[in-house]
Amino acid sequence: MKADVKPKPVIAGEVEMGGILLAVENVSLSFGGVRAVRGVSFDIRKGEIRAIIGPNGAGKTSMLNVISGFYHPQEGTITYRGKRRRDMRPYLAAKGGIARTFQNVALFKGMSTLDNIMTGRTLKMRRGLLAHALHFGPAKREEIRHREVVERIIDFLEIQHIRKTPVGRLPYGLQKRVELGRALAMEPELLLLDEPMAGMNLEEKQDMCRFILTVKDMFNTTIALIEHDMSVVMDLSDRVVVLDYGRKIADGTPSEVQSNQDVIDAYLGVAH
Amino acid sequence: MNGSIPVSAAPDTALDTVPKLLLRNAAHYGERPALRHKDLGIWQTWTWAQLKHEVRAFAIGLRKLGLTRGDAVAIIGDNRPRLYASFAAVQSLGGIAVPVYQDSVAEEMAYVLDHAEAKFAVVQDQEQVDKLISISDRLPRLHMVIYEEERGLAGYDHTSLYAFEHVEELGRRELRDNVDTAGWWLEEIAKGRGADVSVMLYTSGTTGRPKGVMLTHENIVVSAQNGNRFDNFTPSDTLLAYLPMAWVGDHIFSYGQAFAGAMCVACPESPETIIEDRREIAPTYFFAPPRVYENLLTQIMVRMQDASRLKQRMFAYFLKVARHSGERILNGQPVGFKERLLYRLGDICVYAPLRNRMGFSKIRVAYTAGEAIGPDLFRFYRGLGVNLKQLYGQTEASVYITLQPDGEVYADSVGKPGPDVEITIADSGEVLYRSPGVFLKYFKNEEATRVIKTADGWVHTGDAGFIDQHGHLKIIDRINDVGRLNNGALFAPKYLENKMKFYPEVREAVAFGHGRDYVTMFINIDLTSVGSWAERNNVAYASYQELAAHPQVYDMVLKRLDEVNRQLAEEPQMAASQIRRFLILHKELDADDGEMTRTQKVRRSTVAERYSSLIAALYDGSTHRHVTTEVTFEDGRRGMVEGDLSIADVPTYEVRAAEPPREAAE
Repeated sequence: MKADVKPKPVIAGEVEMGGILLAVENVSLSFGGVRAVRGVSFDIRKGEIRAIIGPNGAGKTSMLNVISGFYHPQEGTITYRGKRRRDMRPYLAAKGGIARTFQNVALFKGMSTLDNIMTGRTLKMRRGLLAHALHFGPAKREEIRHREVVERIIDFLEIQHIRKTPVGRLPYGLQKRVELGRALAMEPELLLLDEPMAGMNLEEKQDMCRFILTVKDMFNTTIALIEHDMSVVMDLSDRVVVLDYGRKIADGTPSEVQSNQDVIDAYLGVAH
Repeated sequence: MNGSIPVSAAPDTALDTVPKLLLRNAAHYGERPALRHKDLGIWQTWTWAQLKHEVRAFAIGLRKLGLTRGDAVAIIGDNRPRLYASFAAVQSLGGIAVPVYQDSVAEEMAYVLDHAEAKFAVVQDQEQVDKLISISDRLPRLHMVIYEEERGLAGYDHTSLYAFEHVEELGRRELRDNVDTAGWWLEEIAKGRGADVSVMLYTSGTTGRPKGVMLTHENIVVSAQNGNRFDNFTPSDTLLAYLPMAWVGDHIFSYGQAFAGAMCVACPESPETIIEDRREIAPTYFFAPPRVYENLLTQIMVRMQDASRLKQRMFAYFLKVARHSGERILNGQPVGFKERLLYRLGDICVYAPLRNRMGFSKIRVAYTAGEAIGPDLFRFYRGLGVNLKQLYGQTEASVYITLQPDGEVYADSVGKPGPDVEITIADSGEVLYRSPGVFLKYFKNEEATRVIKTADGWVHTGDAGFIDQHGHLKIIDRINDVGRLNNGALFAPKYLENKMKFYPEVREAVAFGHGRDYVTMFINIDLTSVGSWAERNNVAYASYQELAAHPQVYDMVLKRLDEVNRQLAEEPQMAASQIRRFLILHKELDADDGEMTRTQKVRRSTVAERYSSLIAALYDGSTHRHVTTEVTFEDGRRGMVEGDLSIADVPTYEVRAAEPPREAAE
């Protein structure tokens, strides 16, 4: 999966390992009267696995949508690769190397696994639509190059057997894997995973954990993930941020967060 | 370059080891494909010349890392070209290859590697490396692990861990730096003798620890050459390697025979893609245990149910045609012009597309072995024009004991002794054999060797069998399970039970007869199959018990037993085992009640104990017996099942003289 077309730093400069890749400051987001996120600040360091956890409706997915530019917060700033802005835009996020998967798998159901992952390469295609339609010369060579990247991803995720199967026919666990593949095809700098293990059995979860750890180790990809399975979160992540009712209530290493009284109250409920 | 290869010549001392075969293939068939592997979605090919270079580089790399003559090297992973190359590389230096089942847990692996005294391990990927690391403190002799796939291993401590490429690179550098190296390697190969041990295969024994079966180069080479000669394999034949490398069958077919016959071996992309890969490769030679053929057929039947009406009817019609004349055409027997024409039409419309779906479009020979295959299943494939045959073999025999020659194929026998194989039946009914493939001994287990192998080279198979009227061997049961009726006749429960279990209505059957006057049987009906019959025939039932006790169900089973008795009457050795009385059990035999193992095998003694009153009823002439049985439900609660069971008699037949062979083409 080595990049033959290196992602250009479109937005700003490179960030060193351990440096702050992305920071959100005082972000608030409301839909009409519903305040989904209230003044949340945290950062994601390059090369780490950062988990975002919290009870249902805590604002986790909203937070990911803010980072990927899908939602535009009313207040606060987002700093990505040293560039501070009021809000993110989806195309800037994608160009800047932010890839994501969705809570309810968002693949092209009628297309094969291969084609779905190929769509992840769209931004790296240099030739125009017409050239690709004619499938000639440089466009053909380019497609072969991209196909190789995609095949490496297929090999990596061990989904060779469903290469040509329409994803709509696949079980949920495999669809999740295909979606991860599509995100990886962007060769992302920051990978956002929204509940990558939801609805999986133990074995599928273990596989997914292995993939996530290998992605981090092999490609130095920074990963932010939302997950409900606490054992997964505690095993995988370097740091955890906990949201509840749109507020950040804790931030730290898994063990710190685990012993935090506010977190325990948020999960177990407390008399107000 | 399709010319025949000098395999039919008398055993050639110049070609008495597998690495020597490699050199010959590289010289004579250098440009022909030796191995293929689908990687990144594309089939990659190694020619024999390329394979030789790969083997040479890896062997010299191993040498640099300290491999010497007689060292054992464990090889663990899915079927991959580089792992097959490792066999040849290790053997070229006089080492002993020890393939290990890739799905064994660390515990089993620790035993095998420790027992085999493995010094090196060549493994496929991180999974296997992890297992070896977890047991490394128990393997003081293992001093180096070489892996093929790097994924996930980047962060590992590499003091005793090498990448396959790295070892090859060591070898290539040595070849560049030292001009004598290539010659030295050829000398090392020349030093090899047919009597040297080439491979140790650990048998997964059902009892006790696995035993290391030591096979020599001669065992492998001669068995492979005989196998090739038997079915006329040439360098243009192709096979798909997908069964575990640690299993003797794969070692003989995909390694021994492929090297002896310069055939091409294709390795699937991953264990999940085998069906698709087989379709793309279209092997000419294929081996599978019966369940693989069964699964293939089930898949087809399930998909046919979604097909259009027209297709379904066409399918049903031409299957009937295939059943009627397909096998006779395959056997080369006389078949009428009209039937031939119909079959031809069926071939265009149904059989050829079906064969293509299954990856059998170029198949010349397909084998099945390991357990009894259902006659309907067997005839289905033969009817489609797939030359499916049976063989009988063992690790200790380098596979081949008996095979079915073309034109002499029966669903219920395992064939005639292979080339150079002698067979004899002991008084106990046990099958013994002697052949050039007979193993040297069990590694570090003289006692077990003495039990199995006699001083003059006969080997006990542990199976009971007899030679039938066609001169074919029939395996009836494990010798330990075979008993005697009071009149001294052989009683082989599994043989009888299998005959019944091949009927879709019967799920389980348990035969009794050892130390009795006649044979009786417990039957478990198959709820799905009989249930759907009940639905179609308006038979109302509320439970398994009620359906099982239904008189019409009794009649149905009785008819099947009657058919079995007719068949038994035709076999002089088995005629005394005709089933006289039976009953259908009021509950399904269940692993939760200890009546079956978790792998769905009947625990005969437990069943006999739990239902001793029923067995007594089978032999005391009563027609009804009231019974109460304790059962364990899936959630662990216990309860009682009781009921009145009827016991029915089955007509038996006089022993008939052996009929002339009906299906055989002489």
